[in-house]
Amino acid sequence: MRPVIPYVTAALLFGLGVYGVLRRRNAVLVLMAVELMLNAVNLILVTADTTARAVLPHSGQVFALFVIVLAAAEIGVGLAIVLQLYRLRATVAVDEVALTEPAVSTRTVGQDVEAGR
Amino acid sequence: MTGADVLLLALGAVAVGSGVLVVTTKHLVRAGLYLVVCLGALAGDYLVLGAELVAWVQVLIYVGAVVVLLLFAVMLTRAPIGASDDLDRPGWPAALIGGGAGLGLTVLLVDAYRWGTVELPGAGSAERLGEQIFQSWVLPFEVLSVLLLSALVGAVVLSRPDIGRPRPADSTARSGVDVTTGGRR
Repeated sequence: MRPVIPYVTAALLFGLGVYGVLRRRNAVLVLMAVELMLNAVNLILVTADTTARAVLPHSGQVFALFVIVLAAAEIGVGLAIVLQLYRLRATVAVDEVALTEPAVSTRTVGQDVEAGR
Repeated sequence: MTGADVLLLALGAVAVGSGVLVVTTKHLVRAGLYLVVCLGALAGDYLVLGAELVAWVQVLIYVGAVVVLLLFAVMLTRAPIGASDDLDRPGWPAALIGGGAGLGLTVLLVDAYRWGTVELPGAGSAERLGEQIFQSWVLPFEVLSVLLLSALVGAVVLSRPDIGRPRPADSTARSGVDVTTGGRR
């Protein structure tokens, strides 16, 4: 087995995930790109489990399981935030989200939200 | 090139190809379905690499649960059915950083491992991984269960705007909220 093949696959997938997170406007698509990055890391962990002889056997696979659980928690909270954003602003475009608090901000986006309540 | 190498190459090509489609397609729902293909190919990779339990957990949790959640989110945010043109921001900074990260990691890993071979160790069956988790990694495992519980509670609190906020006298009736607050006031 040549470990360079899955390693290169994982590197390319990670690059694709970074590209997707920066490129996409829709928050759900951003979460999908985050999943791509997490899976690239998982593939690196599982491949490293075959190439590195650790003191504890199968540590990489155990870590991959942990990362899968973390990703499940992340996607749950992330989707709750996205749905709440959609309920408040009726959009999930990440570049239309005001970064400051609407009550403090004097920008028009914040005033819109305050008036809508 | 052994059989495992050919399988890894083919599955890696499928994973990267569908990954490209996930981040470039104009259809929201198709992005989710390409993600299924990508994650399934990665599960095949895990099987070839001898990580049986991880592969089946991947199929169960990622392909089964996470993608379904993502598709639910696509539907709940009233995504358009057909192609939509406003999914992307200007591309060149993203291409620069993403391509830089991907190619940089590729060069690093190719330089580290060249074209050498390793022997596949014994398969990571549920029995062996279970021994490891419940002997060496039992404390992280328990911490992770607490984290899952807190993430669950956090998601519930986030999606219920009436929790933890002083209730205004005129109940700003948002859709779907007032059903559950009847007995609490």
